Amino acid sequence: MAVTTFRIWRGCDEQGEFRDYTTEVFPGMVVLDAVHRIQAEQANDLAVRWNCKAGKCGSCSAEINGNPRLMCMTRLNSLPLDRPVTLQPMKTFPLIKDLVTDVSWNYAVKKEIRKFEPRPPDAQDRTWRMSQGDVDRVQEFRRCIECYLCQDVCHVLREHSLHDRFIGPRFLVHTAALEMHPLDNANRTGDLKDRHGIGFCNITKCCTKVCPEAIAITDNAIIPLKERVVDEYFDPVRKLFRILRP
Amino acid sequence: MLEYQMHEYDVLVIGAGGAGLRAAIEASARGASVGVITKSLLGKAHTVMAEGGIAAALSNVDERDNWKVHFADTMRGGQYLNNWRMAELHAKEAPDRVRELEAWGALFDRTKDGRILQRNFGGHRYPRLAHVGDRTGLEMIRTLQDHGIHLGMEVHMETTALRLLKQDGVVIGAFGYDRERGRFLLFRAGAVVLATGGIGRAYKITSNSWEYTGDGHSLAYHAGASLIDMEFVQFHPTGMIWPPSVCGILVTEGVRGEGGVLKNKEGVRFMFGDIPENYRSQTADNEEEGWRYTQGDRNARRPPELLTRDHVARCIMREVREGRGSPHGGVYLDIAWIKSRIPKGAEHIKRKLPSMYHQFKQLADIDITEEPMEVGPTTHYVMGGVYVDAETQMSDVPGLFAAGECAAGLHGANRLGGNSLSDLLVFGKRAGEHAACFAKENRTPAHHGLDSDQIKAMAEHAVAPFERSGENPYRVQADLQELMQRLVGIVRRQEEMQAALEGIAELKKRANAVAVTGNREYNTGWHTALDLQQILTVSEIITRSAIARKESRGAHFREDFPSKNDGEWSCNIAVRQSASGEMTIERRPLPEMPDELKQVIEQMK
Repeated sequence: MAVTTFRIWRGCDEQGEFRDYTTEVFPGMVVLDAVHRIQAEQANDLAVRWNCKAGKCGSCSAEINGNPRLMCMTRLNSLPLDRPVTLQPMKTFPLIKDLVTDVSWNYAVKKEIRKFEPRPPDAQDRTWRMSQGDVDRVQEFRRCIECYLCQDVCHVLREHSLHDRFIGPRFLVHTAALEMHPLDNANRTGDLKDRHGIGFCNITKCCTKVCPEAIAITDNAIIPLKERVVDEYFDPVRKLFRILRP
Repeated sequence: MLEYQMHEYDVLVIGAGGAGLRAAIEASARGASVGVITKSLLGKAHTVMAEGGIAAALSNVDERDNWKVHFADTMRGGQYLNNWRMAELHAKEAPDRVRELEAWGALFDRTKDGRILQRNFGGHRYPRLAHVGDRTGLEMIRTLQDHGIHLGMEVHMETTALRLLKQDGVVIGAFGYDRERGRFLLFRAGAVVLATGGIGRAYKITSNSWEYTGDGHSLAYHAGASLIDMEFVQFHPTGMIWPPSVCGILVTEGVRGEGGVLKNKEGVRFMFGDIPENYRSQTADNEEEGWRYTQGDRNARRPPELLTRDHVARCIMREVREGRGSPHGGVYLDIAWIKSRIPKGAEHIKRKLPSMYHQFKQLADIDITEEPMEVGPTTHYVMGGVYVDAETQMSDVPGLFAAGECAAGLHGANRLGGNSLSDLLVFGKRAGEHAACFAKENRTPAHHGLDSDQIKAMAEHAVAPFERSGENPYRVQADLQELMQRLVGIVRRQEEMQAALEGIAELKKRANAVAVTGNREYNTGWHTALDLQQILTVSEIITRSAIARKESRGAHFREDFPSKNDGEWSCNIAVRQSASGEMTIERRPLPEMPDELKQVIEQMK
């Protein structure tokens, strides 16, 4: 019978500590299974979020041995089990209790982004025609499961706490999905430059590395958005146009 | 001194999956003030897990499709216990609901001429499911979420309802708590929409998450509403079975829609050996024809792997029971074989079934483009639920509405794949619309009708587990799941179900004596103790309904009554709490179907 020790953060910020729990492990187990076992047998009040247990809902984000991961998709056999497995909550968000953080800021940010504004239907049946190629480009961004791991690792948020000036990679991906949507007519470039702080991102790609959906966040979402901002606001030719024809 | 926060809305929606969000959107759009409560964070509801697609007769891929065919397919799949009017409304309105999603930003896969692509699915005569690869549910919930948040609704995340409040026979709100801090909340509303989803956590092997404890079913029952069809629990034929930690996780029917085949350990495609009479004319009798069907040949009939879920699940059980199963007690689902038929087959599989590819690769070390998957039945869906009016979705208690999985009627004895997402949209919209109307017409002052003694009693009952010593709630939950899986599962017998009833009575006593440690802040043990009350009520309802129906039909299979008995059992079984608190069961005749719809069914046979 194999047993492993899990060193889990317990409590809230002021009165928290790591506590060790030793439990049996079985082939194929993921970290979330071990947490459930500990919860059912040793720590009934252990706070953890989860839903689908299949990497589709993005609820069970945590830092496993310091790496931001989904607990449901992290196999125990991918971790060294001869020493305790450390589990702690995402650092970027205020702690509620144990492994659960207050992610409500993300929901507030999303509301601030200009919503989808489709062009009028142009096919005879009052719908639209779109090619699979155009759809594919945006579907990559729409794969996002809102686990907020990218927000967790982004140093602008994690180290500098610029939550009030920068929307973070998740919402740059969201903005990209809207901006590149084949039907959308709204313009979000001004917001990106000013209120949403795209300039704070210096493309270190930490977000891309942790994305469980393997979305190329930096290359496919953030850089093209930065280019739009540059084209619109910092292109000298355009600038001249604006001066000549205000 | 009891403290609670009070909120007041025209419409309170309990649940934020597809049905709840669609109801909230509709009520908001009609000018109602709307509050939504959800046990999880917004956007995490089980709708996210839906893979295959949304069934709607858009006829983009096959112009022979129309609402009549969809209606007839739904009724046939439900073994004619469906509410015909709901099936009719659903088939007629689903296309508009899908197009509406597109107008709100959803991006479906496309046909060559740029329209919404549709795929084949079990029990649907023509390719009918609008989809996005195998993550349609995510696309749908995100679209509803992102549209809804701009309409002014207030969302209370991580909030659980414990009881509905009633005054003079009308539902006027709900009482619950927030999971984060454990504070009690009182919601006063002109109308309440239940959209709480299913009951999967009553079983050990399930595709459902912790949330699916039948809250809406139990809330409605305790408010005096009737539930129907609760004996019909759908066991999805293909869940993962190995390794043990992933047991129950869904493998989409889309795998079979794309050409995946079921084989036993001898390599035999056993589904060809058992094709029910009422599907024989629509089902391929050889492998070649079945393959052509999955590749879009309009003249081919569907392979038997795409028969209805109840039937496929039973065939898998039979193979396993008769010793032809796979090493871990399931059968093989093979999609890798299509590489012999399709150039760049491995790439094709990854593109069509991306999340299945990743799920198996990451959780089971299996490359589905190379090896077959091991699969077996998993508890997936409950056809039964709150009895509602087809047009308005109002239950038989005024002011109480229900939509989606927690409502009953559309699916009868068995639900077709893809009909769930469309159900959420069609009837979520209707529930939101009519709840908003009801609230407007029946406005009462906020504090009228709140019985403070009743609220105090509910709160005291809720916190009682902190004040006693006793058993761990997780253990009671595990024992219930074990019991239901063993005694009220896919194959049922009178004596076993009687034993289950006794077991449930015993578990209820234990649930009333569980103790929890710690305080009320995000205390999952406490949440489990409270959820137990709901799921035990629902388990009893399922068991009593299953005992009552002495025949086999759709998802309900009785070894002691193995045939269908139309003469005696073409009716719904309704469960309701009597004035004295007893659980009562009665047969309810099916509503009479108009002749023109009977003809539609005849024509499609």
